[in-house]
Amino acid sequence: MSGIPHDHYEPKTSGEKWLHSRLPIVGLLYDTIMIPTPKNLNWMWIWGIVLTFCLALQIITGVVLAMHYTPHVDMAFASIEHIMRNVNGGHFIRYLHMNGASLFFFAVYLHIFRGLYYGSYKAPREITWIIGMLIYLLMMGTAFMGYVLPWGQMSFWGATVITGLFGAIPWIGEPIQTWLLGGPAVGNPTLNRFFSLHYLLPFVIAALVALHIWAFHTTGNNNPTGVDVRRTSKAEAQKDTVPFWPYFVIKDLFALAVIMVVFFAIVGFMPNYLGHPDNYIEANPLLTPPEIVPEWYFLPFYAILRAFTGDVWVVMFASWITGGIINAKFFGVLAMFGSIAVMALAPWLDTSSVRSGRYRPMFKWWFALLCVDFVVLMWAGGRPAEPPYSTISLIGAAYWFAYFLVILPLLGVIEKPEAQPATIEEDFDAHYGKAQTPAE
Amino acid sequence: MLKKTGIAALAALSLSTGGALAAGLEGEVEDIAFSFEGPFGKFDQIQLQRGLKVYTQVCSACHGMQYVPLRTLGDEGGPQLPTDQVRAYAERWEVYDSEIDDFRTAKPTDHFPGSQLENAPDLSLMAKKRAGFHGPYGTGLAQLFQGTGGAEYIYSLLTGYEEPPECAPEDFPGNYNTAFGAGGYPEECRDDNGHPTVPGSWIAMAQPLWGEDVEFDDGTEAALEQEAEDVASFLMWAAEPKMMARKQAGLTGVIFLTVLSVLLYLTNKRIWAPIKHRKE
Repeated sequence: MSGIPHDHYEPKTSGEKWLHSRLPIVGLLYDTIMIPTPKNLNWMWIWGIVLTFCLALQIITGVVLAMHYTPHVDMAFASIEHIMRNVNGGHFIRYLHMNGASLFFFAVYLHIFRGLYYGSYKAPREITWIIGMLIYLLMMGTAFMGYVLPWGQMSFWGATVITGLFGAIPWIGEPIQTWLLGGPAVGNPTLNRFFSLHYLLPFVIAALVALHIWAFHTTGNNNPTGVDVRRTSKAEAQKDTVPFWPYFVIKDLFALAVIMVVFFAIVGFMPNYLGHPDNYIEANPLLTPPEIVPEWYFLPFYAILRAFTGDVWVVMFASWITGGIINAKFFGVLAMFGSIAVMALAPWLDTSSVRSGRYRPMFKWWFALLCVDFVVLMWAGGRPAEPPYSTISLIGAAYWFAYFLVILPLLGVIEKPEAQPATIEEDFDAHYGKAQTPAE
Repeated sequence: MLKKTGIAALAALSLSTGGALAAGLEGEVEDIAFSFEGPFGKFDQIQLQRGLKVYTQVCSACHGMQYVPLRTLGDEGGPQLPTDQVRAYAERWEVYDSEIDDFRTAKPTDHFPGSQLENAPDLSLMAKKRAGFHGPYGTGLAQLFQGTGGAEYIYSLLTGYEEPPECAPEDFPGNYNTAFGAGGYPEECRDDNGHPTVPGSWIAMAQPLWGEDVEFDDGTEAALEQEAEDVASFLMWAAEPKMMARKQAGLTGVIFLTVLSVLLYLTNKRIWAPIKHRKE
């Protein structure tokens, strides 16, 4: 099956043999759970399990919430209050779902930046990376539509602003926007289709997660050294790896439990901290809130969207060269989607032959700056679109693109990488002491 | 009763609160040590009952609480009125019944009536839809340490009525309030850079509480600050009636998960020991 040689499932009893010859599902589960995993994986490799848990949590709490929610503009807000006040345990389930979205994005950002630092996107894991990016895009769509469902002021105006982005596309924009909304403005058809899609997309995500796991189970996990697992023989592979069960299952579950302590503290003690108070005001199409702010996890990309105003020279240049087809608004939309597109193209933009950032002395600093940039953009995205925040957003957006389009390609040429360990075993032994010579 | 009508008339005469959102206005919000703050904070049942009285005798002249079922007044973790008192309390209200197409006396299963005045916002979620504390600079640190401050905002608003500052024209509409940041603001009170020179702004609602507006059953003196604090607590309960159950569930979760974490930590350590030390 997968590339790393290991023991496979052998049906023993006649019953197991009977099933295995008809549907080898036990074998599939066995191979999945027993996959040889590099034994030097550090704590940044736990986010996959956390994310799987988040998806399950969101689906389970979401299905229960859907039993009591009414997707109608006159009743949606009241039905949320009904869940909060009258449904047994409804308040807690809703707060789990609300904050579950935040945990989901918190984990996915750490997961993505882990991949960016250790070069997990590089060959042969490009497909894993691309599927991951698709999952991330679907997550954003799902979260955005979910935020509209309570039909508060931020729900309504967020939906108006974000669907308005599609209206910025030349010629076909307005028909697309009308098609997305189901009418000329955000209204009951919008709420209905968002509810329908908010229920559907998580299952699409689940399918993509299965592909994501299948892909990296084929290539094998990356690891902090970026060095490949030796796979000439089972004995060689066993020097570099341990089976996923029980070693990493228990480790990941421990990490998940610690994260859950913090998560339950937030849900129990400060469940509205990450939300906007305005969303407890019922949607009012006649009253625009003083500030329309998306949820925190969209802020970096919201900052990039707003950074490119009409007085920025690249925008003026793009407008001039296209005869005005690309205006500031459309440029902002292109920049926002582009910022994710360049991240998806990282496997081909990074020219370095060394996978892990650990052995790339120059890359390390540029990567650290990218992390800072992301946080700064997140902060700037939540501030009003005026100086100095607009300038900060612009600098932040420029660095984001420069990192992927200029720095990653150049570094591979000019950087002199440090020596990498020859094997994963060598790296592991460097941490935990050299192997004792066995008695025999 | 006369007072009620007076307030209603005053509020109806003054301007709409929702309009003129002038940039840069900030209200002054005082941090109150409410009993329900923090992971272990609880609602003070007697305080909620006092707050209910203030709401009933003053606020409800104009405002409503359409999302709050009357029966929840008897729920655990709230004012927890005895069943017969809940029933008696419900009978104070008239609610519209679509089945008979007429108003009738409310039952505990009905909700509080909605707002009597179009411009008076519903108070069901007021303590959650207003934030007393912001920033600083969009970092969210103030809210992290002080909480969102919805109840503090309500308290500060109710106690924030003052004589209008001298910079304001005499006929400027509304009532000057140091905590209200979303109302009208006279240009005369801005400095050369357009920054406001006095805190708060002008609110449509006339000062609703003056002290001694109600007589508390438990003998507590009905000073303005006392009434404001009690009604702010009550509105926090109205907005978040399951707060105590939620904190309890959160705490149970934290304790169980901490124990689970310790067990998993030990398990993990033990499983990895032979791999890490190579004792074969």
